[in-house]
Amino acid sequence: MEPFTRLTAVAAPLDLPNIDTDRIIPARFLVKPKGAPGYAGFLFRDVRFNADGSEKPEFVLNQAPYRGARILVVAENFGCGSSREMAVWVLEAYGIRSVIAPSLGDIFHANCYKNGLLPVILPGEIVAGLRRQLHERPGAAVTVDLDAQTVGAPGGAQHRFEADPFRKEMLLTGRDELGLTLDFEARIGEFEERHARAMSWVAPPRR
Amino acid sequence: MFEKIWSRHVVAEGPGGHVLLYIDRHLLHEGSTRAFGRLQNSGRRVRRPDLTFATADHYVLTSPGSPAPDEEIRAMVASLGQHTAAQGIVYFGVGDARRGIVHVIGPELGLTLPGITLVCGDSHTATHGAFGALAFGIGSTEVEHVMATQTLWQKTPKVMRITVEGRLPAGVGAKDVILAIILKIGAAGAVGHAIEYAGSTFRAMSMDERMTVCNMSIEAGARAGMVAPDETTFAYLEGRPWVPRGDAWGDALAAWKTLPSDPGAPFDRDVQLSAGEIAPTVTWGTSPQDALPITGRVPNPADVDDAARRASMERALAYMGLKPGTPLTEIRVDRVFIGSCTNSRLEDLRAVARVVKGRRATVPAWIVPGSGLVKRAAEAEGLDRVFVAAGFEWREAGCSMCVGMNGETAREGERVASTSNRNFEGRQGKGARTHLVSPTMAAAAAVTGRLTDVRTLQS
Ligand code: SF4
Repeated sequence: MEPFTRLTAVAAPLDLPNIDTDRIIPARFLVKPKGAPGYAGFLFRDVRFNADGSEKPEFVLNQAPYRGARILVVAENFGCGSSREMAVWVLEAYGIRSVIAPSLGDIFHANCYKNGLLPVILPGEIVAGLRRQLHERPGAAVTVDLDAQTVGAPGGAQHRFEADPFRKEMLLTGRDELGLTLDFEARIGEFEERHARAMSWVAPPRR
Repeated sequence: MFEKIWSRHVVAEGPGGHVLLYIDRHLLHEGSTRAFGRLQNSGRRVRRPDLTFATADHYVLTSPGSPAPDEEIRAMVASLGQHTAAQGIVYFGVGDARRGIVHVIGPELGLTLPGITLVCGDSHTATHGAFGALAFGIGSTEVEHVMATQTLWQKTPKVMRITVEGRLPAGVGAKDVILAIILKIGAAGAVGHAIEYAGSTFRAMSMDERMTVCNMSIEAGARAGMVAPDETTFAYLEGRPWVPRGDAWGDALAAWKTLPSDPGAPFDRDVQLSAGEIAPTVTWGTSPQDALPITGRVPNPADVDDAARRASMERALAYMGLKPGTPLTEIRVDRVFIGSCTNSRLEDLRAVARVVKGRRATVPAWIVPGSGLVKRAAEAEGLDRVFVAAGFEWREAGCSMCVGMNGETAREGERVASTSNRNFEGRQGKGARTHLVSPTMAAAAAVTGRLTDVRTLQS
C-alpha cells in the first residue's frame, strides 16, 4: 500500500449529502477487475458522463480548474450504502488520495484505510466552509498533513483533525493489516482453543 | 448484549481502541472472488474453511434455466465455484436448492446463531443480527483478511438503543417500522454505532420480521443491528441443518439466554418510537430517509430552510420526476419488484399472496424468492399458483433487480415499487426510479398500478 504522509493538491467540492457507493461506481462495473482499461472512467459514471460518453459540464470534476483533483471535500455520509471496495479503488484510480467530510459511511471509511486513501473527519461547519472556499477559488489547493493531523485551507487556516494512532501508523508506513496480523498467528491459535472450550457449541456440526 | 459478544471475541488489544476480533462465521458470495484471487497470489490458504460458507446470489440470473448472456458475469459465478472447491469450502451453487441470497440462507440453514460474530463482504450482513449475533458487512480487503486469519482489526463502535413499544396497526409491518426509524434518525443517524433494537414491538415480531428490520440498519448508517434472542429465536433455530445438536444444543441455549442486555445497561444513544404512530411508509426520493406515510404528499423543497437539504431534495425530485404536493397515492408505477434480502422470505410471500389473491397485476411485477428453499416452501403452500394466477412473474432465487448486477434492471425512467432496501440513483438500473415499500404495499401497487395504501384494499 502506498504510504500517506502529506499532500498538497487541488481539491474539488461535492456539496450533496448522502452520496452513496452506487453513485461513486454503478453496479454494472463491479464485474470489471481493478485496474481494467478505463477503470478511472467508471468514477461517478452516470453523473459525470452522458450516455454517449460525452462529459456533463455541470459535474465538478469536468470543470477545468478541478480536473485532476486529488482531494475531495464532500458532505455528510459520503460513501454510504454498499460495502463495495471498488468505490475506493475507482477514486484511487482517478488519483484521489484524501476525502474530507463531516461524516462517511462506516464501511467506506474502513475501506479507505486499506487502500492508502486518507479519510479526514472535521466538523460540518468547517467542511462546509472549505467547500465554499473551493467554489470561490476554483482550483485552489488544500494541504492534508497526516503526521501533524492538519488540513491547510486555501485561505491559510489550519484545521486539526483526529486520527487514531493505529490507522495513522499504518497509513504513514504503508503497512497493510494482514502483514501485522500474521505476527499474531500464535495468539490466534491459543484463542481458538480457549474459544472452542468457552463456546463449545460454536463450531458448525460437520455434515 | 453487544458488549458481551464483543468481549468474548477479543483475541488481542491494539492501540487506539482497536481489537483483533475473532470471527465465527464468514459468508461469501461472488463478490469474494477478488479476495480469493489475492489470497491465492500470495500463496495463502483459507485458515478455517469449516467456518466459511459460500453461495451465488448477486450475479445469478433469476429467469428459470437461462444462462447469463454475459461472459464476465458467467465467469464471476464460475470463479466462486472453483475457489471454494480448491479451499474445501461448502458452496451452494447453481442447481443446489439451498442456494439463495446470502442473508436469507445463513439463518435458514442455521449458520447464523446468537452470540456469534459473523461477517460477509456485503453491507446487509446486519440482517443476521436479528438472532442476537454481532454481524456486519466488510470490504474486499477485510474479506481477504478474514480468509487468511479468521480475525479482523476493529475499533469498538458506539451502541445506540432504538426502542419501539406497542402493537403495530393493521397493514403496518416490519418494513414500515425500519423506514420510520430511518425517517426519524436520518440515513447517517447511526454512523459509527451498532444498533440494539429493544421493546415490545420487536419482541412480538417473528424472525422474518426482525430480519427485515436489522437488514436496513445500514440504511440508518449502522454497520450492525441486533435483537436480543428469545424463545422466538430458539424455536426458529431448533433442528436447522447447521445448528448445534444434542448436548451442544443444551449448552448453546444456556449461553444464549445470558446474552440480552442487563437492565440498566448504558447506551451511547437512546431513541424511542411508538408503534401506534407508524403508518405504511413509502420513499419519494433517492435516500432511504426520504420516506413518508403513504397518506402524505410529495414534499416541497421550498418549505425547507436548510439550503443543503433543499438542494438535495430538488435534485432527488428531479431524478424521481415528481412534483411537490402530489399525493403519494397518485404516483403511477411502471413495475413492481418483490424480493431482496429485506423482503423475500416465506412470510413476506404469504403476505403478498393474501393481498393479490383474486386480483390482477396491472403492471409487470416480479416475485423473486430469497432462496431455493423459500421457493420450494412457497410452492408447497401453493403461493406460486396465487401469484401466477394474478399475473405475477415467479422467478428463481437471487438478488435480481435489487441491484441489477446480473443485468436484471429496470429501464431508464421506469418507476418501480420495490421491496428492496436502496432507492439510490441508478440502484435498480441507470435512470431507474425506486420507491421502497413493504411487500403488501408492493402487492397493492402491482394491482392498482400506482402507489397505494394497502389498508384501502384489505376489506
Ligand atoms: S438482495 Fe440486494 S441488498 Fe441484499 S445482498 Fe443482494 S444485492 Fe445486496
